[in-house]
Amino acid sequence: MTATGFFTDTSVCIGCKACEVACKQWNQLPADGNFFSGRSYDNTIHLEATTWRHVAFVERSLQLSGQITARPFSWLLMSDVCKHCKRAGCLEACPTGAIVRTEFESVYVQPDVCNGCGYCVVCCPFGVINRREDDGRAWKCTLCYDRQKTGGEPACAKACPTDSITFGKLDELREIARKRLELLHSRGVHEAYLYGMTDDDQPGTGGLHAFFLLLDRPEAYNLPPEPAVPTKGVGASWGTMGVAAAGMLVAAVAAVRSVEGGKK
Amino acid sequence: MSKKWSLRKWPALRQIAERDPAGLGESAMSERTRALKPRTADADRVVDSVCPYCGVGCGQKVYVKDGKIMDIEGDYDSPISLGALCPKGSASSQLVAGTHRVKKVLYRRPYGTKWEELPLQKAMEMVADRVKKTRDETWEEQNKNGHLLRRTLGIAHLGGATLDNEENYLIKKLFCSLGMVQVENQARI
Amino acid sequence: MAECHPVGFRWVMEAKRRGATIIHIDPRFTRTSAVADIHVPIRAGSDIAFLGALVNYIISNDLWFKDYVVNYTNAAALISKDFQDTEDLDGLFSGWDVEKGQYDPASWQYEGVEVSPAAGHREMFSGEPRAERGAIIAAEKHDYTLTDPKCVFQILKRHFSRYTAEVVEDACGISKALFEKVARALCDNSGRERTSAICYAVGWTQHTVGVQYIRTAAIIQLLLGNIGRPGGGIMALRGHASIQGSTDIPTLYNMLPGYLPMPKASYDTDLQKYIEFNESASGWWSEFPKYMVSLLKAWYGPAATAENQWCYDYLPHITGDHSHMVTVAAMADGFVQGYFVMGENPAVGSMNTALQRKGLRQLKWLVVNDFAPTETAEFWRKAPEIASGEIKTTDIATEVFFFPCAAHTEKEGTFTNTQRLLQWRHKAVEPPGDCRSDLHFIWHLGRRLKELYRDSTDSKDRAIRDLTWDYGSKGAIEEPEAEQVLAEINGYDSSEQKYISGYKELKSDGTTICGCWIYCGCYKDGVNQPARRKPASEQNWVAPEWGWAWPDNRRLLYNRASADLEGKPWSERKKYIWWDEEQKKWTGYDTPDFIVNRPPDYRPSPDAKGIDTLSGIDPFIMQAEGKGWLYDPSGLLDGPLPTHYEPEESVLKNPLYGQQCNPARMEWVRRDNPYHKAWGDSRYPFIATTYRLTEHHTAGGMSRWLPWLCELQPEMFIEVSPELAELRGLKNGGWATISTMRGEIEARVLVTERMQPYVQNGTTLHTVGIPYHWSYVGRSRGNAANELTAFIADPNVSIEESKAFSVQVIAGRKRSDRRAAAGGPLNESDSGGPERDHPPVQEKPGGKHGLKAGKTELTEEA
Repeated sequence: MTATGFFTDTSVCIGCKACEVACKQWNQLPADGNFFSGRSYDNTIHLEATTWRHVAFVERSLQLSGQITARPFSWLLMSDVCKHCKRAGCLEACPTGAIVRTEFESVYVQPDVCNGCGYCVVCCPFGVINRREDDGRAWKCTLCYDRQKTGGEPACAKACPTDSITFGKLDELREIARKRLELLHSRGVHEAYLYGMTDDDQPGTGGLHAFFLLLDRPEAYNLPPEPAVPTKGVGASWGTMGVAAAGMLVAAVAAVRSVEGGKK
Repeated sequence: MSKKWSLRKWPALRQIAERDPAGLGESAMSERTRALKPRTADADRVVDSVCPYCGVGCGQKVYVKDGKIMDIEGDYDSPISLGALCPKGSASSQLVAGTHRVKKVLYRRPYGTKWEELPLQKAMEMVADRVKKTRDETWEEQNKNGHLLRRTLGIAHLGGATLDNEENYLIKKLFCSLGMVQVENQARI
Repeated sequence: MAECHPVGFRWVMEAKRRGATIIHIDPRFTRTSAVADIHVPIRAGSDIAFLGALVNYIISNDLWFKDYVVNYTNAAALISKDFQDTEDLDGLFSGWDVEKGQYDPASWQYEGVEVSPAAGHREMFSGEPRAERGAIIAAEKHDYTLTDPKCVFQILKRHFSRYTAEVVEDACGISKALFEKVARALCDNSGRERTSAICYAVGWTQHTVGVQYIRTAAIIQLLLGNIGRPGGGIMALRGHASIQGSTDIPTLYNMLPGYLPMPKASYDTDLQKYIEFNESASGWWSEFPKYMVSLLKAWYGPAATAENQWCYDYLPHITGDHSHMVTVAAMADGFVQGYFVMGENPAVGSMNTALQRKGLRQLKWLVVNDFAPTETAEFWRKAPEIASGEIKTTDIATEVFFFPCAAHTEKEGTFTNTQRLLQWRHKAVEPPGDCRSDLHFIWHLGRRLKELYRDSTDSKDRAIRDLTWDYGSKGAIEEPEAEQVLAEINGYDSSEQKYISGYKELKSDGTTICGCWIYCGCYKDGVNQPARRKPASEQNWVAPEWGWAWPDNRRLLYNRASADLEGKPWSERKKYIWWDEEQKKWTGYDTPDFIVNRPPDYRPSPDAKGIDTLSGIDPFIMQAEGKGWLYDPSGLLDGPLPTHYEPEESVLKNPLYGQQCNPARMEWVRRDNPYHKAWGDSRYPFIATTYRLTEHHTAGGMSRWLPWLCELQPEMFIEVSPELAELRGLKNGGWATISTMRGEIEARVLVTERMQPYVQNGTTLHTVGIPYHWSYVGRSRGNAANELTAFIADPNVSIEESKAFSVQVIAGRKRSDRRAAAGGPLNESDSGGPERDHPPVQEKPGGKHGLKAGKTELTEEA
């Protein structure tokens, strides 16, 4: 099967939160309770085991290129989601085989297999996956794996009124994203860039299957600037460890030899 | 056949057969995962509807199974919304199937301190009686200049703007014919 | 728009992708501003100053669309020599009667002509007899060079010459540079090749000059040639699923279905008089008798005959204004015994909620139909005055019935959306328990009442006895057949035994029945047209086969204006409707909103009558003269041209005229509805504006009970700028108390740069943003914004002013024993202070219902 994913274009996001609700509706996730945060219009704060889409509201005392306002100000809106990394920390960390790579190359947590060990939670460089307090298991966006099975579109992308969230084949999404970026640049929105679209953009994850067009540095949206899967360094570590082991072996052999020699 | 099937389910063989050496793909999938499908695939009916919130008029598809609503989402065919819904529209299934809904007629008697349940028919009868009594008591046939009024100012109405056209039509038709003129709607507000 | 109509905004973003410039004018920086090209923060209540300056910019820079303006508008018409403008009278027009506190519009008329107020206006005159109604339009005097000082164009030019960019700076707090950017963008994107659209919502209507706000937009769009063309227009973004339908088939006191006026006791004494006063000699309203007779036949069936004037006398007659706030004031004074509240929540959504609840307490009985008991249903035990102990539940005599309603998925019927489109909803499931549709409620109530009155011989009961009410029903719950009701609304020709297919088929001889003439054709050929759902992808971009739009399935009104004088599209890009010379008819992507076979070169003969008076270049067919009105000669109660007036409660003296407020506004002068000083009231120094958020719906009945929505906006808050927060010691996330003389509320505080102060003439003005969704029941609660607002209204439509008023805000929670002001002003009333009216209107006592009759003569019996 072809890899599918999300391209989230924050330059057209209106922060309506349709994605948050459509996701909860489709996946029958409970509300997290009433909590007034005082942080702009964001009262769900971050992705959670029961909030698989989350809209960030970034108020800046800074003009956005191409926008005219009475004073230097802009409001960046962005719908965050599990990135379905090419190299997924959660998947690699899962000791039970609960987390799998689907035929759409998305990362799916099988609730009937997950035993709630939580190894995945600390291995996600984005802090996406988490355990539900009520059942202890780990949950996150499934990229609507169930809907995709019959050719359907994820609920959030379907609901999104302005097509800020586009779902599709990864190759096509990348093409759409590149064109959109070009257009924005040609209209003077120079700060626009693509976050995590390819391995080159984000070697630490091998590229994201849910990537973004952003208008400020990643930290502004509470995204890591250089995320890396914890196991990413493992290959190199093995190498280092191999050298070390070899060195120790040499030393050990030498020592034995010297001991043996001493016995001589 | 069954033996062959069970052999194929053996993870190590699956990993090889499915070219999934790391065992992080299909070979690790449970039966549930393999059989996964959207719950709407089991719907008995899909009913065309319209979102009840704002005036944009987005199309909705209502998925029904065993006489219950299992899902409400946007209608791709609608030239207005092309499948999209806002957060309120997306929450429609909670609006119609939420636990907040009261399913009995409630009655608060004069000076009462609590709600009491009333049978629907009884409540309808009581309201009809009150309409007749108030209307008969407050009827104005004509004004001081001898002009016809044929009305009551004793009863008023205020409707929300989520009423259907058919509902508004019967409200206006009935209330006008009862002589009620203070018939108003959210449309004024 | 992105806040309240996110999916409608989809198309704005699509336009932006294609290169459109999005300009957002709003006191706040909202979700719309976030993605707009230009955000213009405007002082709440100053829009006419801004829009008027655009009119001035267009005219003085000669940027108007000449062929369109000269031919399709009344720019060339000459106005009476007696007319005097606000320029001459310091903010008043000629005809102002200080004693009565109202205008006599005689001097506003066309020279030598009396014009009947045509469609769209007639419903506004419910309480107002119009001498010129039914007048025949004689030949008009025109100056097509537009140079005569008495022609509309010159009057318009002079009237708006005062509205300069400097005035915008002073009145609106918008810099000259920013204003000019907007003006340029608008004009650059209007003309033959391009069109611009204006969208508005209740941010424009809820003012004492609300109707004139929209009139100003209409003037701009007519000058730029943006009406009746694709991508143009003025779009009212209606906030409810069928609020348009509730106006078309009005549950409104002053109208019968299809914008036919309710009979007025002193004038419309019989059918003949009624028709005489309302029929127009030209344009489409000349068909008026057909619509009315067909309606009476639909309601009273065989009982309606020519001999008994089709049962015209069965209809109740109005004697002035019986609108919502007038009714509630009467209720509070004990004049109303019973109240039906169906799917509405006035204890949260209407003005001065303490006064609303005072009204509810005086009722003998109240019926509320909703999903769960709302604040309106629970007023007797949960209202703030009950919580504070001031009013005891056991002292309230009102009997309350709560009927649980069926959801939109549990019944069938049509909504009419904001673009006049009817869409049929099919029923998905049965309603649970005793939940029933409002159709069920009203039909069964009607059946019971018919039964109760069956044996009556009293003449007052004839209407209810003769009422046609024999709809079929189905299912165990006996749900009435909504489709039969729709068929009646569409109409039926009894002589030809067929459904009416368009309003042109209606007759005045009693052989046609029709519940709403503008909906004729929605059940054409016995087919439920609103149920049509041909996918968007399988039809043209106008999508004429999705649902059904009134009138006659026309998607874009006055679309004749999309073509030039010869009937050719103004440009290839903006092609929509055009004259096909070979077929000798109008054709295009939409149903032509014109007489389909009337050639562009047709000119009426001097003795033409009815619709024959419309020439081939008269696109505005609902107007008696077929032209778009830049100037409204017989029009509105508050003047023929829009004029900037300050809100009832302002922070500023009117920077343009001596007259502070709309002289014709409606006031309710009562102890339980006190007003602040006209401006500069030091007790209430800040501007307040109320609004909605994406995550909730109006008064909350359909959102504050849903956990998925409540978590997104969990409680009542206000929005203030960092500057105001600093000034008043408000902390982000902390509490504030906001007060007016009507009431006091507490709310959490959101300090944000999305709110910004205005510096005007060296004075810094602050705005407090107040969402109005919350109140005392539901799963997400808070104090109600409308505890603060007052009964005060636009005279033309009786719509309240909630988008600009003055408040005080202090840090911290409110005192528990303070509440709203149903018992009288919270602050000692100080009658001293600047005048709202110049010259002052004679003080007159409040009327029977507390309405100050001295301001606007609303009661024809007065």
